Amino acid sequence: MKPWIALAGLSALLLAGCGANVNRTQAVYILVDTSGTYAKELTKAQNVVNYVLGTLQPGDSLAVGRVKSRSFTEKDIVAKVTLNRDPVQANGQKRIFSGEIATFAKSSQSGGGSRYTDITGGMMQGAEFLHETGARTKTLIIFSDMQEELDYKTKRDFPIKLEGIRIIALNVTKLDTDNVDPRRYTGRLEWWEQRAREAGATDWRVVNDLEHLERVFSNRG
Amino acid sequence: MSSLFIWPGNPLLSLLVLLAIAVPFLYVARAPMQDFIHRLTRAITNPLRLGSRWFAQTAYRLQTRNREVLFAQGGRELKLTIDRELERVSALVERDLQGYPAMQRKLMDEITHIEEDYKRSAEVPPPPPEWVKAIEELAKIKAGRDGVVERILGDIRKSLDGIYQKVVAEYRRAYEERHSILKRFLPFWRAAGQTLSQVERNITGLQDSAAKIDTNVGRLEAIFAKRSDAEHALITSASTQMFISALVMLIAFGGAYVNFKLISLPMSAMVGGGDYVTESLRASEVAALVIVLFETLMGLFLMESLRFTNLFPLSGITERMRKNLMWVSLIILLVLAGVEVALAVMRDQIIAADVALKATLGGGAPVAAAEVGWVTKIPTAGQMILGFTLPFALAFVAIPLEYCINSGRIVLGALLVLTLRGLGFALRVTANLTREAGKLLGVLYDVLIFAPLAIERWIVRARANGAKDEAVEEKVPLRKLGARTEEAI
Repeated sequence: MKPWIALAGLSALLLAGCGANVNRTQAVYILVDTSGTYAKELTKAQNVVNYVLGTLQPGDSLAVGRVKSRSFTEKDIVAKVTLNRDPVQANGQKRIFSGEIATFAKSSQSGGGSRYTDITGGMMQGAEFLHETGARTKTLIIFSDMQEELDYKTKRDFPIKLEGIRIIALNVTKLDTDNVDPRRYTGRLEWWEQRAREAGATDWRVVNDLEHLERVFSNRG
Repeated sequence: MSSLFIWPGNPLLSLLVLLAIAVPFLYVARAPMQDFIHRLTRAITNPLRLGSRWFAQTAYRLQTRNREVLFAQGGRELKLTIDRELERVSALVERDLQGYPAMQRKLMDEITHIEEDYKRSAEVPPPPPEWVKAIEELAKIKAGRDGVVERILGDIRKSLDGIYQKVVAEYRRAYEERHSILKRFLPFWRAAGQTLSQVERNITGLQDSAAKIDTNVGRLEAIFAKRSDAEHALITSASTQMFISALVMLIAFGGAYVNFKLISLPMSAMVGGGDYVTESLRASEVAALVIVLFETLMGLFLMESLRFTNLFPLSGITERMRKNLMWVSLIILLVLAGVEVALAVMRDQIIAADVALKATLGGGAPVAAAEVGWVTKIPTAGQMILGFTLPFALAFVAIPLEYCINSGRIVLGALLVLTLRGLGFALRVTANLTREAGKLLGVLYDVLIFAPLAIERWIVRARANGAKDEAVEEKVPLRKLGARTEEAI
């Protein structure tokens, strides 16, 4: 009678395979600062995008948005993709995405940076994208010096919503003024952390060592 | 505790004083306390002993049942072995006996040939020539000095020499002819020898089979007689079988794991790469597992329909149905093996594409197509071969599985009996220890109140002595009275 037990187990597995499906997808939004002097860091941003692309699994989503004078618009999403369930097709999508980012990096470097830096708008746009994907793990990577500069018309001094999103500030470079008074740098980061946590972000991390990105992306949440 | 001490600075003295105060009470409460200790011990030991007895009885019942199963199974297996041996003998006898008339005819022909040739080769002495008598007569003639006679004798010698040469030549020719006949003998002798050797081999094979059948029948008799040596032999055999089958299944499990790894990645292209059934189990892995399990299942059916195993109750189905089942299982297995071959190719392509993509993303040059030679295709070919072979190799797992199930029932039963006996023994030991501990507690209680007990004994003895003295005093006058009465009489 033992084989019938095996058969029952097999059927249970089949049912499990057909029925319940655990959502383990991941969505990543990379916000790249293209303003002012930070525009020259775009090559590094491209490497980070490629790295993230390499870690994504079929079903995951990725978008790259840029930070400009006003960034809360879909036009600032440079490229976005939700990888196909088929790994072969997902591979092709990754290749195309990588090409789009290379083109963007080239054009941004030659075009020069924007006058103002609307990080908050970019974050709001990123949060919108991440929520729309319905992914289980949502990550917002901000590739910027985290120095926000807004024109007098742009309003960003209100609470934002970042529930369920973990935020990683990558390559937060020190400005000349930070060198004069390092408290400005730490104070700036603390302010952003506080703002992110108040907005409901699950995590806030600052990573400046781009050589060990695997430590940041080792787990899928 | 220290609050109980009368003199906290001197605990020993306090304890002694407390003991001195408690001793009278303990003495008064001795009988109910001893009774309490006795009852408490019994309250613990009795259930333990009952439990021990239950375990022993259950172990006995289980052992009896195991024995029945063991003998039944052993008997069935031996019967099957004997049946197979008898079938073999029957096939041998049928095959050889069918051929025996032809073989005998052949042998007889060969013997006839040999006989005829032997007769032909018999030496025929040349007939005595007539001229020998004439020569004998001539030999009587004395030569003397007669020249004519001498000449005649000389002529005769010459003629005789010629004739002698002719006769000898004829004699040699006859011998040569006989030798050639004898030479023709050889193949017939050889053929006859080979035929007889074949017969001998067949007879020896039959004798071996008969000896095996005899041995197995002896074993079967021992099983029917339920002899303990047969039981031991069967248990040992079952343990060995279980160990070997478990080892083989472990190896098969390794094969199944390799098979699983081979197809789990490409299965993601079929069922979706990012789908998870549980937190850590991908849908593609489940699909690969299902394929591997299906292959194993088809293998089970195939082995069952080929009568290699007897796991399912298929005795009721017809031979035609069995054949159909065999073909269906084989075809499904072939299809699955083909699918695995395709998946193996796909796996290789996915890995190659992934490597190329990672090289591109890392800023390196993509892998040149020109470098792909026949040597690089060896792993792909190896994977394809593995993908096709492993399902069929897995099919054979049914045989050790059957052995494992059959022998596992016996071995696990024996282990269960051993465990039950061990538990029974442990309970019995605990019960005995508890009983002895109760006795020890009673003695300890008496030790604590030894002083009043000693006084009690002293008083009892004194009373007993007093009572004895009184009894002696009462007896003496009576005896004296008796003596007087006798004297009076």
